[in-house]
Amino acid sequence: MKHVISVLMENEPGALSRVVGLFSARGYNIETLTVAPTEDSTLSRLTLITAGPDEVIEQITKHLNRLVDVVKVVDLTEGPHIERELMLIKVRAVGKEREEVKRTADIFRGRIIDVTDKTYTIELTGDQGKNQAFIEALDRSAILETVRTGVSGIGRGERILKI
Amino acid sequence: MQDLNGADIVVRCLAEEGVEHVFGYPGGAVLYIYDAIYKQEKFKHILVRHEQAAVHAADAYSRSSDKVGVCIVTSGPGLTNAVTGIATAYMDSIPMVIISGQVPTAAIGEDAFQECDTVGITRPCVKHNFLVRDVKDLAETMRRAFYIARTGRPGPVLVDIPKDVSFNTCKYAPPKSEISMRSYAPVNRGHQGQIKKAVQMLLTAERPMIYAGGGVVLSNAAAELRKLTDLLDAPVTNTLMALGSTSGDDPRFVGMPGMHGTYEANMAMQHCDVLLAIGARFDDRVIGNPKHFAQNARKIIHIDIDPSSISKRVRVDVPIVGNVKDVIQDLCALYEAASAENKPPSTRAWWDQVNTWRGKECLKYANSNEVIKPQFVVEKLWEVTGGNAFVTSDVGQHQMWAAQYYKFGAPRRWINSGGLGTMGVGLPYAMGVQMANPGSDIAVITGEGSIQMNIQELSTCQQYHFTPKIVCLNNRFLGMVRQWQEIDYGSRYSESYMDSLPDFVKVAEAYGHVGLRIDKPADVEPALREAFKKHKDRLVFLDFITDRTENVWPMVKAGRGLTEMLLGSEDL
Repeated sequence: MKHVISVLMENEPGALSRVVGLFSARGYNIETLTVAPTEDSTLSRLTLITAGPDEVIEQITKHLNRLVDVVKVVDLTEGPHIERELMLIKVRAVGKEREEVKRTADIFRGRIIDVTDKTYTIELTGDQGKNQAFIEALDRSAILETVRTGVSGIGRGERILKI
Repeated sequence: MQDLNGADIVVRCLAEEGVEHVFGYPGGAVLYIYDAIYKQEKFKHILVRHEQAAVHAADAYSRSSDKVGVCIVTSGPGLTNAVTGIATAYMDSIPMVIISGQVPTAAIGEDAFQECDTVGITRPCVKHNFLVRDVKDLAETMRRAFYIARTGRPGPVLVDIPKDVSFNTCKYAPPKSEISMRSYAPVNRGHQGQIKKAVQMLLTAERPMIYAGGGVVLSNAAAELRKLTDLLDAPVTNTLMALGSTSGDDPRFVGMPGMHGTYEANMAMQHCDVLLAIGARFDDRVIGNPKHFAQNARKIIHIDIDPSSISKRVRVDVPIVGNVKDVIQDLCALYEAASAENKPPSTRAWWDQVNTWRGKECLKYANSNEVIKPQFVVEKLWEVTGGNAFVTSDVGQHQMWAAQYYKFGAPRRWINSGGLGTMGVGLPYAMGVQMANPGSDIAVITGEGSIQMNIQELSTCQQYHFTPKIVCLNNRFLGMVRQWQEIDYGSRYSESYMDSLPDFVKVAEAYGHVGLRIDKPADVEPALREAFKKHKDRLVFLDFITDRTENVWPMVKAGRGLTEMLLGSEDL
């Protein structure tokens, strides 16, 4: 099963490579990973998606907690939470395709943020499923380039990850 | 506050930590640090002959004393040579601080002379590491390094210091308060609710069994373990890393478990109804195949300071995260109170069973008047040293024979590379042991393969008057490799034959030591007595020419179940 794991860690050089190194050294997989400083610039918030049986996920969270730079670890999947991913996608848009692409983008609440006479660049935010569905709704051969940030996550309601 | 340069700050911080001995090897990037060492008298520096040995010596210094071991190496090759030593200490959770030189900050990333990505290379084999980019951060970093190394699950911590950082100056202030880190706060006390659950479980146990690992040694909990063993009246096994935690002559001690453990220890591990694992990690050499291990229904209680060690290979019923010593104390107190009200079941029948297993006498071997049996040498060593020596070993058959036949009476006396299994540690380990325990008897049980992996340290021993007795069990084979090849590879002895051995007597003499060659069983004991009595103040290299084909028994083959033991060649 997929798990969204959120990590609060010291914003130190090398902290990210400790996390990544842990995953490769112990043979865990990372599907997506995103990291940036928080409102407190000494802390970084990292979200990663991994998959595995419960025992493996338990070991992953324990090993993350063991890293000296890591302040807190939460498996967001254990409770209600929100996942968002930003996708930028450049598609061919000529002739009658142009209107069709725009309509599809509207349906998915995407925004066209750059236009040439042959292309649209669309910005789309959502969980991974929605972004994937958008890709599938498009004509594959029309997709020129796709950039996805990977998932960021946050707990719903009063659930917070803070020191 | 005074202005100090980085090198002086390093020296000052080491002195603050109470460091008395440092092992190391100089080089370009650590010249300022060595200059500061030259000018101070707080600690003594031991110059090794290879950086690997500096790390091993500092590691053994820690293992045999419970102090934090310290070593210094230069950048580039100095560091890469040290990596084996660091990984060895990491696998066995040994508290150490490694100081490495680095090229100047401005040159980092430019492929400078003797540059390597030290924090990158060592990251997977240290508890933590630091690259100090500003001299203002140096003192705090050094303090954190010691704090992290010795607290929680201990481990090696590396501080990489660029040359300009050791040259630049800043205001230096002595430490004000205890280190506190928001991202690192190890827990010592165990959860009381969990400990209560464990007590309830132990109170119902008809076949309790204690499985003690290296954590017992690391947390100095041998006395607590003894008390607990007596309270529970349970058989107790000590892993390779824990030998000496229970005295080898304790009637409740059933020997070491695992691949070359005793029959009784392995049978009891498998057939107990409550297994109490303390500071142990159920590793592959101890429990064999985890699926086979889990076949028998039994409850498992696991005490460990590192949550990631719990339920890693074997699912446990009652996990208790905490410092072994603290948790055992709490456990004993609660158990004493509870067992006064509720008498636990008798363990008599269980002991009868354990004693039947003991009756197999799995460590019995056929001695010989013709050829020296390696087990016999270890038994005689135990007699001659009164069981009180510090024994270091290398890795291989001799290591297992040492573990099986030298009955350690106290913890921190048996110094070996358990997790990583590093050949070549024995001699540098003895150097560290001697610095930490001057005046003690020290034996290095080794083989002709392992000893050659760091034999250059005979020179260091000469310089600093280190006087271990090297007990070389010379069978002209890489014995453990040969044993596996015999059992699993159709006796095709691929590259396991040690041809062209040096004359070790002459080698020892060339370095200024005493060398003895012994090839008759009758000469074993006199030679050992000569080494430990007549040559007490010399390093003696005892080259024992032993039976070439002796194997280590019992044996659980890799991947097999713990009770699928081969007791001798007749079981093959």
